[in-house]
Amino acid sequence: MLVGPEIEDDYHNFEALNIPAHHPARGMADTFYFDATRLLRTHTSPVQVRTMKSTEPPIRIVCPGRVYRSDSDLTHTPMFHQVEGLLVDEGISFADLKGTIEDFLQAFFERDDLSVRFRPSYFPFTEPSAEVDIQCVMCSGNGCRVCSHSGWLEVMGCGMVHPEVFRHSGIDAERYTGFAFGMGAERLAMLRYGVNDLRLFFENDLRFLRQFS
Amino acid sequence: MKFSEQWLREWVSPQLDTQAIADQITMAGLEVDAVASVASAFSGVVVAEVLTKEKHPDADKLNVCTVNDGTGEPVQVVCGAPNVDVGQKIPFAQVGGVLPGDFKIKKAKLRGIESRGMVCSASELGLEEEVSPGILVLPASAPIGVSFREYMQLDDMTIEVDLTPNRGDCLSIKGLAREVGVLNRLPVSGPAIQAIAASIDDTFPIGIDAPEQCPRYAGRVIKGVDVTVETPLWMVERLRRSGVRSIDPVVDVTNYVMLELGQPLHAFDRDNLQGGITVRLAEEGERLTLLDGQDIALRPETLVIADNSGPLAMAGIMGGENSGVSKSTHTIFLESAYFTPLAIAGKARSYGMHTDASHRFERGVDPELAGLAIERATQLLIDICGGQAGPVTEAVSKSHMPASRAIFLREGRLESALSKQLAADDVTDILQRLGLEVDKQAEGWSVAAPSWRFDLAIEEDLIEEIARIHGYNNLPVRRPAARLALRPANEATLTQRQLRNQMVARGFQEAVTYSFVAPELQAAILPDAVSPVLANPISSDLSVMRASLFPGLVRALEHNLNRQQTRVRLFETGLVFNGHLDNLAQVPMMGALVCGSREAEGWSCAKSSVDFYDLKGDLESLLTLGGNQHAWRFEPAAHPALHPGQSAQLLHNGEPAGWIGTLHPQVRATLGLKVDAVLFEVRLDALSEGRIPAFEPLSRYPEVRRDLAFMLSQEVPVQTLLDCAQAEAGDYLKDIKLFDVYAGKGVADGFKSIALGLTWQHPSRTLNDEEINQLVDSIVTQVRVKLDAELRG
Repeated sequence: MLVGPEIEDDYHNFEALNIPAHHPARGMADTFYFDATRLLRTHTSPVQVRTMKSTEPPIRIVCPGRVYRSDSDLTHTPMFHQVEGLLVDEGISFADLKGTIEDFLQAFFERDDLSVRFRPSYFPFTEPSAEVDIQCVMCSGNGCRVCSHSGWLEVMGCGMVHPEVFRHSGIDAERYTGFAFGMGAERLAMLRYGVNDLRLFFENDLRFLRQFS
Repeated sequence: MKFSEQWLREWVSPQLDTQAIADQITMAGLEVDAVASVASAFSGVVVAEVLTKEKHPDADKLNVCTVNDGTGEPVQVVCGAPNVDVGQKIPFAQVGGVLPGDFKIKKAKLRGIESRGMVCSASELGLEEEVSPGILVLPASAPIGVSFREYMQLDDMTIEVDLTPNRGDCLSIKGLAREVGVLNRLPVSGPAIQAIAASIDDTFPIGIDAPEQCPRYAGRVIKGVDVTVETPLWMVERLRRSGVRSIDPVVDVTNYVMLELGQPLHAFDRDNLQGGITVRLAEEGERLTLLDGQDIALRPETLVIADNSGPLAMAGIMGGENSGVSKSTHTIFLESAYFTPLAIAGKARSYGMHTDASHRFERGVDPELAGLAIERATQLLIDICGGQAGPVTEAVSKSHMPASRAIFLREGRLESALSKQLAADDVTDILQRLGLEVDKQAEGWSVAAPSWRFDLAIEEDLIEEIARIHGYNNLPVRRPAARLALRPANEATLTQRQLRNQMVARGFQEAVTYSFVAPELQAAILPDAVSPVLANPISSDLSVMRASLFPGLVRALEHNLNRQQTRVRLFETGLVFNGHLDNLAQVPMMGALVCGSREAEGWSCAKSSVDFYDLKGDLESLLTLGGNQHAWRFEPAAHPALHPGQSAQLLHNGEPAGWIGTLHPQVRATLGLKVDAVLFEVRLDALSEGRIPAFEPLSRYPEVRRDLAFMLSQEVPVQTLLDCAQAEAGDYLKDIKLFDVYAGKGVADGFKSIALGLTWQHPSRTLNDEEINQLVDSIVTQVRVKLDAELRG
């Protein structure tokens, strides 16, 4: 398990993750800036960058921590927690990613029969990229308000590490492959414990906290 | 991107229902956000013609009309719409019909006049959300008596996809149809588009001064257009189903072609252009009034379309007011250009704008599309507005056009990336249907990416395409194999989890407060703190990075006190930010706050409040957790947030590592807190440092204990006394503990009685009284000399 700084620079938060300036993906994360180059990290991925730069594969890490996005409404808080994981080794394939994610989600929700599906998506730092949906844990996939009657809940993003990210980190992309995943800790906790308001996690109301002690 | 299912089916029509198409494209990476009917449910509405209209005798605003609804007899109906008129074709709700909202049409009398049905407006039929000002007037060609739903083809669905930024190629019906075609292995075909031969010679000069930003610009003069005609209903409907409002026929055609093919177009009023078109970067000081009325000061990096008089439009973003098409326009100059993503990316946003055109150009518009799109738009314009087209003129800088991208996909790499061997023919088929030129070779596929796929450049891009079309969920699942190398672990290092659990075990709750706080709160607690300030905070309340965990904990205390939670025990771990950006320390800390009664209410405990020593006890339990308590010292010191007599600085191996104390009464008053609170904050790296025990042989000889009580000035910290006693106690002192503190009756004002228990033990012999007495004497003497404290009698 590794952690890193929360005030980051543009290079580690974007550039090294294959998100150059003007990339439309920069619009996806509303970033808090201090000046032209320094910012509050929008994901914990900079920790992965720093680790890949300083460590020879095999790499197997999990990076939890606070992340920041300039967004505040019923379902967004300007700060939340992410847990990211990274595995880099020889011969790692998309099948390994699928197995790891499926195992994690079934273990997390303690349900062997939990349906997990992978949906193509886009992140500049992974390819192929996927969004992961689970069968709605509130209605068992029958459709309810929580899953917008789709029967599925989007719980995390993942993908195979983009060769460009390996290049920035000095890892030989021909020899090594790897996968990365990331999820919102509060979102998963909400689903796990049935919490209906994200903001409760940051109000520190004892009546809320005591329910989890 | 929102589109009509019917429109899509004109290009490609798989044997799937709407939901199945939506699910299919979602699972191919084009996430469907919403599927909705293009119109609410209603029935019994037909196309009818207004035959007569007379004023209602008893109501100024009502008319009595008769309509021909195809049933034979004219039907009398009372209508309140201001725009109803004889000869109009209108949607007519017959008696027995049901309008959206379960509104049943019945025979009625309105101010004494019988009305059998209702002439409907767009909003009454659920076609528009805003209440329409009048009834919906249909084209004269609308066939009387035909079901309105059928006539308007309203049994259609809109599908809204939320596209990721790499898939600009799907921002059109053509692009979406291509995807649906690949997924269903079906051919895709759109309307036939033919080059419109020039019927006049008129042209308008085009020059590109910024070929890097605009490698291609095509234009055409169309003369004699009538902008006053109505856009045909079918086009208005398709635009509406894509969420685009009808403006005038010229704008409607450009929007239609953009939705259909993906090429944003712009039409200028030719008669307002001077000299010739130049595509160039804006010059310092230039201004432009945009179509939406905003007057913009252009920045030099902005690409503009200019004529001899100055900027006419922000290229790829929005046209200008003065050169735009109006009802009186007679000749238009139609633009169809390729602006590079880098030229447009971020530009609209930097002016606080976002348009359908900028959205597409930022993501990449097919650089080869300009010619086809201008022909399509010309055809539609001439069909609707009349006019005669001049020849297409085009400026191209070949060297600045995107190079064709050749990629080689190795068969072995594809298999190892997906852990599955796919049939080579399937792979070829998928790639070809996606529009790639494919040459299958022995080792793999040599392909050229199509001009519209800006996201295909390397082998992995192709692997993703194949995985996506094949279906992620049809790919195998396995567990990664890893070598079982043991990980080194440091026994002496405490984990954060151990420290947290210790706090939880002592009755604390873990808080998570925002890392940014209100500057006033931080200033009240830490007047001298320097920490980074956000340039774009979400609110001023959350604008400065915390220099300490105290502000957040105090805010959490307030939150709980305001909710009748009076016994508060909170801790938090996280970074604090000290210094300027260029000299910044991001330090992991653990902080805690206690307030209220010492123990939870119960029958066996007193109702006393927590104090400094309670929290010090909690903190000491952390310091002893790793067995390294001897590395720590509590030194009296002043902290602006803490009570001067009830605070201490923590030293870890002599280095400052934290603070503990009661909240300063002044700070409490500033914050409006009515109760005392005790806080600590300690560096986590120091807290984590434990010790690997070093064995000492057990002594077989007896311990000797002496208790000493001193009358110590209130000014002198106990730690000083302990240090002084320890220094004189010799090599065999095993333990020194403070077991009583007393002030009050029997002790002089300004003094406190401090009782110490000292224990000695020798490893290899019995200590005799004489040597112990000597050590005690020495302690008493030194304490007297150094601390002016007498042994209590």
